Amino acid sequence: MQIRRMSAVAVVAAAALTLAACGDDSGGGSGGGGKVTIGIKFDQPGIGLKQGEKYSGLDVDVAKYVAKELGYKEGDITWKAAPSKQREQLIKSGQVKMVVASYSITDERKKEVSFAGPYFIAQQALLVKKDSGITDLQGLQGKKLCSVSGSTSATKLKAKVPGVNLQEFDTYSKCAEVLASGRIDAMTTDDTILSGYANQAAYKGKLQVVPGVGGDEIYGIGIKKGDTATCKKINDALKKMVQDGTWKKAVETNLGSEYKIDSSKNPPQPAACS
Amino acid sequence: MSTLFDQFDVWGAFWMTIKLTVLAAVFSLVIGTVVAIMRLSPVPVLRFLGTSYVNVFRNTPLTLIVFFSLIGLWQTLGIELSAQLSVNAFRFAVIGLSVYHAAFVCEALRSGVNTIPLGQAEAARSIGLTFGQSLREIILPQAFRGAITPLGNTLIALAKNTTVVVTIGVAETAYLMSKVNEDAADQLTNVFILSAVFFVVLTIPIGLLTGRLSKKLAVKR
Repeated sequence: MQIRRMSAVAVVAAAALTLAACGDDSGGGSGGGGKVTIGIKFDQPGIGLKQGEKYSGLDVDVAKYVAKELGYKEGDITWKAAPSKQREQLIKSGQVKMVVASYSITDERKKEVSFAGPYFIAQQALLVKKDSGITDLQGLQGKKLCSVSGSTSATKLKAKVPGVNLQEFDTYSKCAEVLASGRIDAMTTDDTILSGYANQAAYKGKLQVVPGVGGDEIYGIGIKKGDTATCKKINDALKKMVQDGTWKKAVETNLGSEYKIDSSKNPPQPAACS
Repeated sequence: MSTLFDQFDVWGAFWMTIKLTVLAAVFSLVIGTVVAIMRLSPVPVLRFLGTSYVNVFRNTPLTLIVFFSLIGLWQTLGIELSAQLSVNAFRFAVIGLSVYHAAFVCEALRSGVNTIPLGQAEAARSIGLTFGQSLREIILPQAFRGAITPLGNTLIALAKNTTVVVTIGVAETAYLMSKVNEDAADQLTNVFILSAVFFVVLTIPIGLLTGRLSKKLAVKR
């Protein structure tokens, strides 16, 4: 009997602990002290990259600046991996307060989450070997192209150049690896991500970005649907970031000197919150 | 639900899963039978090779095997099975799945062989049948009949394991799910339910059929 009672106490205590842990994990209150969890990419050089305990990239710098403006100290930020396929779920379930992960604003996604920003406008581009001779979209005819399973950029290119031969993997890193080995001719996604690979030590000087093969990718900060208060605060923070020059510096350091920034579109004006 | 069918190639994805399952089932049955024969043979080298095969492929994650079949054989060694990259990836996926499940088929068959009393093999040899003849005429027919249920298990596992080949970009059911997730996250629950129903519809008949066959074909002793 005694043992049974003790175990009952233990179960209750364990349950309480688990619940408490849940409380800590949630995105936290809005602004002012406390901790905040932000979703970023962990595997995209130049955008959001985790190396050991260090995080770097454009998204990381933007997220840090915005968090600071919202009243969180840098040490209070918990970074969480937000792979493309989990971004909506992370926001909806409240596991992260915001997602800054090369997150393009689309009408489909607006049904699920709200966006603050945009903070950057990227374009779809190609990454090719330096001596490949591919300079534009038509150069892809009959060539081998790599992209990530289910990604929209590959579908769009395939519609424009039907003769392209498409191979897909689950990560862009695999594409970059196969591209460097010469088994495929090009890979496609946003120019920001591609510049990140072109600047990586392993590929530096071997790969080259071919811009202007598709439409714009408008990066926003994903937040809970209908949270206009946070959206406005983030937009103010973004405006301030552009004004005081931090934005320009972040873009230049993270995307590299060879990255040709489209200055007719960048820095973008944050859209109205809804 | 209907927008899902309008916007995405749902039937194509399901058909691809079925093609992968059927082709990999046939090839893994052939490879598995050969490996089982090697493990049963009186030649020590063949036994060693068979055992090594089973130990290597049964204990390696399928993701690794599927990915290696493309990266190792195609990228590094330059073996190309089709100039069309999507067909190329599909064929390597079938190879990866077959090679992995052959290890399980082999073990299922060996369990079937173990149901046969040792005296039968001895009797077969004593009336002058060779190893090959006794295998063909006495051992394997009974082994297959005794191994129907474990073979059915392997087939069901194979059907579900085909979802792993999304890593090399074969457009099957898991690929469909990731595409819906990327392009229309509001349809996510629908596509999950739909895929679950599809797999249940695919695998339950396999279970029922192998259950009935194993009863009907059971070796009466």
